Amino acid sequence: MDPFITNSGIVAPLDRVNVDTDQIIPKQFLKRIERTGFGQFLFFDWRFLADGAANPEFELNQPAAAGASILLARRNFGCGSSREHAPWALADYGFRVVIAPSFADIFYSNCFQNGMLPIRLAEEDVDELFTRAAAAHAAGAPYRLHVDLAAGVLHDDAGFRREFSVDPFHRRCLLEGLDNIGLSLQHLDQIATWEQAHGLPPVTAST
Amino acid sequence: MPARTLLDKIWDDHVVCSPEGESPLLYIDRHLVHEVTSPQAFEGLRLAGRRVRRPEATFATPDHNVPTTDRRLPIADPVSKQQIDTLRTNCQEFGVRLFDLGDIDQGIVHVIGPELGITQPGMTIVCGDSHTATHGALGALAFGIGTSEVEHVLATQTLRQGKPKSLEVRIDGTLPPGVTAKDLVLSLIGRLSTEGGTGYVIEYTGPAIRGLGMEQRMTVCNMSIEAGARAGMIAPDAITFDYLRGRDFAPRDFDAAVARWERLPSDAGAVYDRVEIFDGRDMVPQVTWGTNPAQVVGVDASVPDPTGFPDPNDRSSGARALEYMGLEGGTKIVDIPLDRVFIGSCTNGRIEDLRAAAAVVRGYRVSPSVHAMVVPGSGRVKRQAEEEGLDRVFRDAGFEWREAGCSMCLGMNPDILTPGQRCASTSNRNFEGRQGKGGRTHLVSPAMAAAAAVSGHFVDIRQWNYK
Repeated sequence: MDPFITNSGIVAPLDRVNVDTDQIIPKQFLKRIERTGFGQFLFFDWRFLADGAANPEFELNQPAAAGASILLARRNFGCGSSREHAPWALADYGFRVVIAPSFADIFYSNCFQNGMLPIRLAEEDVDELFTRAAAAHAAGAPYRLHVDLAAGVLHDDAGFRREFSVDPFHRRCLLEGLDNIGLSLQHLDQIATWEQAHGLPPVTAST
Repeated sequence: MPARTLLDKIWDDHVVCSPEGESPLLYIDRHLVHEVTSPQAFEGLRLAGRRVRRPEATFATPDHNVPTTDRRLPIADPVSKQQIDTLRTNCQEFGVRLFDLGDIDQGIVHVIGPELGITQPGMTIVCGDSHTATHGALGALAFGIGTSEVEHVLATQTLRQGKPKSLEVRIDGTLPPGVTAKDLVLSLIGRLSTEGGTGYVIEYTGPAIRGLGMEQRMTVCNMSIEAGARAGMIAPDAITFDYLRGRDFAPRDFDAAVARWERLPSDAGAVYDRVEIFDGRDMVPQVTWGTNPAQVVGVDASVPDPTGFPDPNDRSSGARALEYMGLEGGTKIVDIPLDRVFIGSCTNGRIEDLRAAAAVVRGYRVSPSVHAMVVPGSGRVKRQAEEEGLDRVFRDAGFEWREAGCSMCLGMNPDILTPGQRCASTSNRNFEGRQGKGGRTHLVSPAMAAAAAVSGHFVDIRQWNYK
C-alpha cells in the first residue's frame, strides 16, 4: 500500500446526510472480480442521467470540483453495506481524503485498508468548510485544503485550520504504508498459542 | 474479577495479543464467505503466496448473485456466472467447504450459518457482509468486514480490531398481537437513528426480547447495522440451546457445550457504556416511508411532513426522500398503493417468517395490481415450507415461489424493480435504487407484506381477518 503523509487538493462538497454505500457504488457494479476500475461507477445513479450523460445537477460534476482529491460530506457517510468497492471506487476516482462529522464503522475501517484517510471533524467545522467551498464556487474558483496526517492538521489558504486525530495504529499504517497481513503474520506464534489453549489442532504446513 | 457483559466475556476470550502500538488481534472462530466480497481476497492470497490458515473454520455459499428461477438452467448473466464460478474455483483451490447451487444447504449466508449449527454462542464470527450481525442472536459476536479484512482473516484467522463500546437496548413488556420482531427493530432504528449505534455493539435485553423465538431474535440482530451498530447480540438461553441441539455442525458433546454457554450471559451488575430502554407494549406495526430505515412510522400514521423536522439536515433529507418515493406528507400509510411485494432476505426469509406470511394469505388472492414473490432464505427453508404445504398456499394465492438467495433485497440478480415501482419488502434496506434504479421500497414485516399483497395497499395487520 502507498503511504499517506500529506495531501493538498481540491475539495468536492457533497451536501447530503447518510450517504450509503449503495449510492457510492450501486450493486450492478459489484460483480467484477478485480479491485480496480471502479471509479467510473462512483455515485453512478446520481452522477449520470438515464441516457448516460453527466448529470449537470450533481455536485461532483460541477467544474469547481473537477480533479478533487478531498470529499467533504455530511454525517454518517458510508452507512449500509460493507462493500469495500465503495472506498475502491472513491480512491480510483481520485479521492484520498473524506471529511465528515461521522462515518459508518465498516466504511471507516475499509478506507484505511486502501490508503485513504477519513477525517472526523465537528459538525460546525464541517458547516464552515461547506460555507467556504460554496463561497469559492460562487466566485468561480475551486476550494482547496491541505491535509497533513503526520502533524494531524488540515488548513485552507484563508485562515481555516483544525487539528484532527486518528487512531494511532491506523495512523501508523497509513504513514508507513504497512501491509497489515504481513504485520499480523509476525504474531503467528501467539496465534498458534491461542489455538492450542483453546483445544484446536495445530496448523501443520507453514504459510 | 469485575462483573462482565456478554461482549466483555467473548472479547476477553478471543484477544490473541495486544502488541505495543498496534490494535489487538482478535481470534475469529468462524468465517463465512460469499461470491461478491471474496474474489479479491482470494486473489490477494494467491499473489502473496499465502493460504487459508483454517479452512475448516471457513464456509462458503453463493447467495447475492444467484438466480432464483429454475436452477437447472445456466446462469444467464455472464458476469454473475463468472463470480459464482470464481467462488467455486477459490474454494476448491484453498480447501474451503462450499454449499453450492443445487445443494440443499445452499442459501443466504446468514440463514444457513445458524440453520447448520455453524453459528454457536460465544463465538466470534465474521463475513464480508454487513448483515453478519444476524448471528449475534445466538449469543455470538458477529460483524461484517470489508474484503481486505476478509483476506486478513483467511490468512491469519484473526482480525485487527479495537474493542467497541457496549450499548444495552432493553425492551420491557411484551409485544402486542400483530407486532413482530421486524416491527420492534424498525421502531428501535426510528428512535436510535441510522447512526445512533455507531461505535457500539448492541446487546438486546429485557422481557420482550426473551419472549422472542430464535428466528425472531435473528431478525432483530440482523438490522442492528441499520442503526449503525456493527453487531447486535442476545444472551443465549434455553431457546438458543433448543434451537441448536441436533444441528449438523453443533458440538458433539452438546451438554458440555451448554454448560459453557450458560456462563456467557452478562453478570449481574455488569456495566454498559450506554443504556437505552424502550417499552414493547407501545409498539405498533411499522412501515418505512423514506430512503433509510430510520424514516419509519406506524401503519396507523401518515407520511410525515419533513418541513416540521427540527434538524435542517433531516428536513433536506426528508424532502429528498419524499421526492424519490413519490409521496406527499400527510398521506395515510394505508392509502399507499403497491406494485410489488417481496417476502424473503436474511432479515425475514426463514421458516417462521414464511409461516407468518402464509397464515395471512391463506384463503385469499393476491391483488390483480400486485406482482408478489416469495424467496426462501435457504434450500432447507424451501424444503421445509414445501413439506408444510406453504408453497401451495402462496402459489394458490398468486405468489411466485422461488429458489433460495438474496434476490430482490439488493437486486444483484435479475429480481429487480423497474423505475417508479413501489414495493412492500421484508428486507432490510430502503436506500435509493437498492431494489433497482428508481424503485421505491417500503420495509415491513412478513405478515404486513402478505396483507399488502392481498389488499394492493398497506393494511393494519392487527385488523386482519385470518381465514
